[in-house]
Amino acid sequence: MNIIICGCGKIGTTLVASLVEEGHNITLIDSDAAVVDQMQNIYDVIGIIGNAADCDVLREAGVEDASLFVAASGSDETNMLACFLAKRMGAKHTIARIRNPQYNSSSLVFLRQQLDLSMAINPDLLAAQELYNILKFPSAIKIESFSRRDFEMIEIRLKPDSPLDGMSLLEMRAKYNAKVLICAVQRDSEVFIPGGDFVLHSGDRVGLTAAPTEVLKFFKALNVYQKQARDVILLGGSRVAFYLANLLTASGTAVKLIDRDPAVCQMFSDELPKVNVILGDGAKQELLLEEGIKDAEAFVALTGMDEENILTGVLANSYQVPKVIVKVNREELISMAENLGLDTIISPPRIISDVLIRYARALNNSLGSNVETMYNLMDGKAEALEFRVSADFPFLNVPLRNMKFKKIS
Amino acid sequence: MNRKMVLYTTGQILGVEALCLLLSALVALLYHEPRAMIALLISAGAAAGLFLLSLLFRPKDTVFFAKEGFVTVSLSWVALGLIGALPFFISGEIPSFIDSYFETISGLTTTGASILSDVTRLSHGMLFWRSFTHWIGGMGVLVLVLAILPSASGRSIHMARAEMSGPTVGKLVPRMRDTAKLLYVIYLGLTLLLAVLLAAGGMPVFDSILHAFGTAGTGGFSSQPDSIASYSPYIQWVITVFMLLFGVNFNLFYFLLLRRFSAVYKNRELLVYLSILAVSVLMISLDLSLHHVFASAGDTVRQASFQAASVVSTTGYATDNFDNWPAFSRAVIFLLMFCGGCAGSTAGGLKISRLMLLIKVGHNRIRHVLHPRSVKAVKMEGKSVDEETAHGVTAYFAIYILCIALLFLILSLEPFSLESNLSAAISTFNNVGPAFGEANAASSYAAYSVLSKLAMSVAMLLGRLEVYPLLITCSPSTWKK
Repeated sequence: MNIIICGCGKIGTTLVASLVEEGHNITLIDSDAAVVDQMQNIYDVIGIIGNAADCDVLREAGVEDASLFVAASGSDETNMLACFLAKRMGAKHTIARIRNPQYNSSSLVFLRQQLDLSMAINPDLLAAQELYNILKFPSAIKIESFSRRDFEMIEIRLKPDSPLDGMSLLEMRAKYNAKVLICAVQRDSEVFIPGGDFVLHSGDRVGLTAAPTEVLKFFKALNVYQKQARDVILLGGSRVAFYLANLLTASGTAVKLIDRDPAVCQMFSDELPKVNVILGDGAKQELLLEEGIKDAEAFVALTGMDEENILTGVLANSYQVPKVIVKVNREELISMAENLGLDTIISPPRIISDVLIRYARALNNSLGSNVETMYNLMDGKAEALEFRVSADFPFLNVPLRNMKFKKIS
Repeated sequence: MNRKMVLYTTGQILGVEALCLLLSALVALLYHEPRAMIALLISAGAAAGLFLLSLLFRPKDTVFFAKEGFVTVSLSWVALGLIGALPFFISGEIPSFIDSYFETISGLTTTGASILSDVTRLSHGMLFWRSFTHWIGGMGVLVLVLAILPSASGRSIHMARAEMSGPTVGKLVPRMRDTAKLLYVIYLGLTLLLAVLLAAGGMPVFDSILHAFGTAGTGGFSSQPDSIASYSPYIQWVITVFMLLFGVNFNLFYFLLLRRFSAVYKNRELLVYLSILAVSVLMISLDLSLHHVFASAGDTVRQASFQAASVVSTTGYATDNFDNWPAFSRAVIFLLMFCGGCAGSTAGGLKISRLMLLIKVGHNRIRHVLHPRSVKAVKMEGKSVDEETAHGVTAYFAIYILCIALLFLILSLEPFSLESNLSAAISTFNNVGPAFGEANAASSYAAYSVLSKLAMSVAMLLGRLEVYPLLITCSPSTWKK
């Protein structure tokens, strides 16, 4: 598939890395020559230096033959204009990153229609939704649901005192009579696809699938079930925080927001009257203690600074807040944060690239492949695929245990 | 550095060479030349053996950076030359190994400088292999490997960049493999067209193929001792046009296929290339007619065009020994040796786009001295050139001149005239072929000593790979752990 990606920022880079591996023909557009050069050196892509909203640049990128056009530059307006032009010039599907909350209000539907956008993605809103899902079910560190929503893919981290420590999967199944399937385990940096004799250890990151009710039963039996967080402290008045606070207050959760900028605090209290807005420096321990971090059910660090998020997250962990979530934008800091004991990390670029890759795969489906949905597990080291088995599938009526899989060394 | 990956890739390239040698052996079989066939088969076996050996050491770590790209390219070109020289040596058709190596490197680098005083003594199999090296060396062996083999690494651009010519190497389509395939399809198409046109003009099929190879790679090996001189004017004109075409950036042919005509006629490099040629032809024609060298005006223009096209595209075919021409014509041809074809073509030399950049940077510099506070970007093809590229070109030119000077010094140990040695140094370094004096179009490089032949072999490689890969490979810090 021919894909054009405009803007090689964090989202663009993450996206390119995944899409190149899937064998697409990718053309990049960015105004920064150094960035384009760098990308061309690392990935097998072609780069064009210029403004994505310039017809000549788009023509040079071969927009008329593009199946997918993604505008993910830093400017909403450029993205919209680029997508509009690309569509007019023959791109089949266009996706724009539109971030400003003002465009994301009720006018978005109209905007999407007029610009003929296949999708408008808002990284902040998507991140907020993912955070909201986790806060609803805090035992998990990542939740995804499969296409019909009656099955979930959940990642959890085994605590040091977990009853599953030292238990093989067969034993576990016998003991808990659980109808859950453990499909991937990450230990240190290695990912296993476990068989029945695989022995779990505490500290493992486990990916499991089951129906939502079964997950609940299983977690209760393990005694790791945490109720929905009803009292949440948000640090940093970012856009993600805004959307998240909106979602949380709508569901009746008590939200306390801390930010050091008076204007931001004013804006929050204007727009979201139900939120308890605190003006102050969230990096100060005193302030956090005063605002009752010890009693909070969840702490979410969403400032614009990855480092600040990580450090305050570590601090909240030390106060034994039941659920600590931090937002980390920079890919290279994520593993460092994990080493510091933070397990639930939200990365907006990753969320976006997951969404976009799913979209690209869905487009490919119409071109012959059967993959319906795809999830990245264990930070992209494993994948779960949902695909339709067609009538001419060569392995029909073969029991799974007899199926021979290719060994990949 | 990832040595395993470098050796593995070199092995793969030798695999391709084994196939090319087998093809030549087939030609030898067709012409019932058992001696040549056995020599070619043995060489093919040696290349295939090294290829199989490399398969045993398939590296796990396939990380590939610019450094690995440069080293792979230079190692494989040296290895290609060594294996490619074997057939000449084993069959005894070129008794000395150094001579065989010189001839093969001259073929691969598309120089076309020969040590053979009489090519008619070569068997058909050897003639085919000799010209075929032009064809594979012209577009590049690594590019061919990239087109054929599935490459897992996105970093294969580093290899292509090290082998392809010009200051900046771009892709035609997003994936390197598809780009390489496209280039070869265009290359093959043009070569076939030329062979058909030549055969239609009454040239025997075997010679048509050989001359098509020689022209496509902008090489210059011929199957005739007097090059193209005894062929009809039609054939001479066809070759003139195709020598010019193969000196044009291949991206432009791709644009033509896409019907993006404006990209072609707005291309400044093409314009300058054609202008340089037109002016040269005009000057040489006038000079030749002033001195009454040829009888008719038609002859004069044809001879001037052929020689100018041959030298500017660094092909090196000849229809007349330009060493006997008047001084002014010789001077023009001498200067044409430097400029070479367009970037991204099969031609050698400095490249027109580099020349344009150099002049523009120089002009900018003068302006800057006059108005120290002025800010003015250097523009190429309507786009600003960044400092990095501009510096790169000036540095390249400095190294280029130094290398030629060094080669000239080595060649000057010979008992030939200064003109002979200087022009031989420039001709081999720029992959042209014929020079003035001792190694003129009617003569050969046979008289040069072993040392000079080795030095010129290195120079031809330096010129074809545009200096950096070999220098980087020879620098000790590349090999440090």
